[in-house]
Parts: sequence; structure tokens; C-alpha cells
Amino acid sequence: MAIKRKKTRVIPGFGLSFGITIAMLSLIVIIPLCSLVVFTAQLSFKEFWETVSRPRVLSSYWVSFSTALVASLINAVMGLILAWVLVRYDFPGKRFMDGLIELPFALPTAVAGISLTHMTVSTGWVGGFFAKFGIPIAYTKAGITIALVFIGIPFVVRSVQPVLEKIDYQYEEAAQILGFSHARTFWKVIFPEIFPALISGFTLAFARCLGEYGSVVFIAGNTPYETEITPLLIMSELQEYDYASATSIALIMLFAAFVILFINAVLQSRASKKIGKIA
Amino acid sequence: MGRKNDGVLKWTLIAICAIFLFIMLILPLIYIVATALREGFGAYAAALSDEYARKAVGLTIKATLWAVGLNTVFGICAAWCITKFNFKGKKIISTLIDLPLTVSPIIAGLIFVLTFGRQSFLYDYLKAAGISIIFAVPGVILATIFVTFPYISREIIPVLNAQGTDEEEAAALMGAKTFTIFRKVTFPHIKWALLYGVVLCTARAMGEFGAVSVLSGHLRGKTNTMPLYIELLYQGYDFTGAFAVSSLLVIMAVIVLALRSILEYKGKKESEQDR
Repeated sequence: MAIKRKKTRVIPGFGLSFGITIAMLSLIVIIPLCSLVVFTAQLSFKEFWETVSRPRVLSSYWVSFSTALVASLINAVMGLILAWVLVRYDFPGKRFMDGLIELPFALPTAVAGISLTHMTVSTGWVGGFFAKFGIPIAYTKAGITIALVFIGIPFVVRSVQPVLEKIDYQYEEAAQILGFSHARTFWKVIFPEIFPALISGFTLAFARCLGEYGSVVFIAGNTPYETEITPLLIMSELQEYDYASATSIALIMLFAAFVILFINAVLQSRASKKIGKIA
Repeated sequence: MGRKNDGVLKWTLIAICAIFLFIMLILPLIYIVATALREGFGAYAAALSDEYARKAVGLTIKATLWAVGLNTVFGICAAWCITKFNFKGKKIISTLIDLPLTVSPIIAGLIFVLTFGRQSFLYDYLKAAGISIIFAVPGVILATIFVTFPYISREIIPVLNAQGTDEEEAAALMGAKTFTIFRKVTFPHIKWALLYGVVLCTARAMGEFGAVSVLSGHLRGKTNTMPLYIELLYQGYDFTGAFAVSSLLVIMAVIVLALRSILEYKGKKESEQDR
């Protein structure tokens, strides 16, 4: 075994690269995570449960969850249309549109946050228009949703786009020759192919939206029970040096994130099995 | 099903996308620039040359340089180690490297507070050694490194995976040293991916808000990075100032997007030449 192992490692530099990787990984990720585990172990379950089931905390889960869900659904629909347009059509400004998609990754969240807020308050460009009809945007759940839509735009587009590019036109042609309408071709032939990518983009966006802080904190108004998101609640516990409460709520958020990613992994493996069966 | 019908559908969909992107992405950018300049160029320049603004820019650049430098070294080592060798626990390592992407920035800040804060067993040692991490510059730098941790390795790993290990093995068998192999064989392949990773890492490092906000303690002129300084100005109703500093970050974001297109194009061109 020892000899075989030496044989497979012709390339030098394992010790050095492995050493640096493990050292930095420990310092930046593993040790801080361990301290979270150690600190959690010191909490009593009763205390933990009382913290995470306070009415104010419970309503923050609902605010975070409902706005993230609506924003990710909007992004799933718009992301699908955007990916379709960018892959299937040629038009002037296509490259510009393609590059623009990545803006939410490049623009700092705080900058996006103050800009969207200032635009949607009742004196802003967009907010002023809606204020005429008596619809407030900033400092409501609609405002939070808008900020989360901004953050989530690239996820669905970037996961659906490569799959759509690879789809063979033959299947569509076959379907059309068999007399399928355009809509039916899309739903029966193309949609099943891109569905796993759509789900994975949706879950990534959803997970990101649940944890988002920078862009939401300005536009949310942060009224307890109404527009207070869970990350903000953790932040305010931290500012009061109540590390036990902050950690308890953070654990619930981490748990939720893992559940979302797990559901995605299950759906992905089921989808790939299905495709495998057909092939 | 006529061609005409297709055309209507095509342009309707394109119009929907264009309007959506204009309202969601371009309008906020225009708004930032317009608000920054609404009191004239003099007020804009004054807001930027403010002492605290300059200090915030300085700290942001410092934290960004640290994060990009260390993450580049780490990214290259991790990518080399993961793609060129087989060993136990590889999957765990890859998962741990990507972990900072899935953790909320607030939680990232929290875990560092728990590690180095007052209730940690490390606190007494650090205090005795005279090192402060929480609510000080090292904390800001650590938070920045954490949130940008996987950015560079993630860009390089797929390229190295696609390339395989044949060329490096050949070079090693012919007696080339580690760094010669890296410089002459591996580096030319990952050049554009590495640069792209550095660009992404820079953008995220300059703009990080949540994690840095937890760890900085908001000391004006000491531990305030640009995004934190923007928050401070905005909450103090100094909108011209807040949007003026924001406009610097908008310029940065636009440069990042332009570089991204260029690097992606160059990378594609080169990989086509290889085939």
C-alpha cells in the first residue's frame, strides 16, 4: 500500500500545498466553527428553546422566510426568461445584458441597500410614483422583497443558462414535426431538462436571501414583529453582548440553511436518476 | 405557427428582460451618481476628501490587500492539492472551503466574536499578549478573509480538473522541480481563471458589510471600512456624503464587470486554441 501510494504521487509539492491549505483552513474556518460548537454545548436546552421561540424571534423567521420565498419565486420566473432570452435570441446589447446580470455580485450590498431605499421612500423616484396610489414600498415587506430580488438575480440565470445552451435542437424539431405547439414543446421537452438547474438556482438564491443583511437592513425599517429579519435580530443581540441568544438564533438559521441545501441535493440526485433512466 | 408570431414573442420577452434589468439594476446605479452630484461637484469632492472618508478608503484597501494576498496563496495551494493528488478527506476539505459561501455574513461575524471575544478561552492569552482582534483592525481583516475565502480556489479548481495531471506528471518524470512545474506547466492554464478569481475576491472584499459590521465596533476613523462609513453617513442623513462614497464602489463594480467580460473572453479563446 505504501509503495503504491508513492507511485501514484509522481507530482511533487503535496506536503507544501497540503500543509498551507490545512493551516489556513484551520485558522479561518475550522477553529471559529469549533468555537461555535463549544459555545453551543455550554447553552442549556431550556434557555436555547426560550430564546428561539420568543414571539419577536418567531415573527422574524416569518418575515425572513416569506420575503425570501417571494423574492426567489420572482427570480425563478425572471431568471428563466432571462436565461431563455440570452441563450436563444440575438439582439443588439445582448453582451451588455449578459454582463449586467452579475452586477449584484460586484456591487457592495450596503451600496445597493441605500440606493434602493432612497429610491423607494415616498420622496424618491420610484417611491414617489407609488406613493400617489398610496402604496408605500420602503420600510415594508415589499421593500425587503425588492432588495432580495436584487441580490438573487444572478443565481437562477447562471444555473439555467449553461443547461439551456447544451439542449439539442433535435428534440424540439422532433416535437414540432409531431405537431406539438410551441408552448407544449417548451413544457414537455425543454422544461423537464432545465428543471433541476432551475431548482438548484432557486435554492441557492433562497439560501442567500435568508442570510442577507447588508441590502435589507436599510430598506426594512426594522420594526419589531413587522419588518425585522432574523439576521438583524442576531445583530442586535450581539450589540447588547448577549452572545447566548445570538448563538441560539444563529443555530436555527444555520439549521434552516442546511435543510434547504439538503433538499436541493436530494432533488438533484432524483432528477439525475430520472434522466439516467430515460437514457 | 408563423414566423411573425415568433418575432412578437421574442421581442416581448426581450422587452420584459430589458425593463426588469433597467429598473432593478441600472436605475439604482444612476440614482447613486445623481444623488452624489446633486449638490454640485464641489460638495461631492468635499465629501470624498473628508478625513474620515479617506481613512475608511485606506482601511478598505488594507483589508482587501490582506484578503486577496492570503486567499491567492491559499487558493493556489488548495486547488493544487485537491486536483493533483488523491487522499482521504478530500471531499470534507472541499466542503469546508466552500462553507463561507453558505453562511450568512452575520453568522460569520458571530463565530469570530465567539472565538476571540471576552467569553473565549483565548481571550486571556490575547489580552496578556496585548493583541486585540474584536472591535479592531485585525477583526475586520479576518472577517474579510473569511467571506472571500473560497473565491479564488473555486475559479481555479474546475480549470485544473479539466486539464488533468498528465502534463505535470511528464514534467516531474523529466526531473522538473515543483516551482518549475507550477510556473511553466500549470500556471499558463490557470492564468485567466486566477485573475478572474482575484477580481471577484477584490470586489467582495471591498464591499463586505455584514461580517465586518459585527467585528469592527464602528470606531470612526479607526475600524470603519467604506461600506460601514456609508452606513454611518446614511443614518446621519448625510445623503450626499453617503452616495459620494458609494459612487467610488459603483466605479469599482463597473470595472469588475468589464474585467470579467474581458477575462472570460480571453480564457475561452485560449482553451479553444488548446484543443
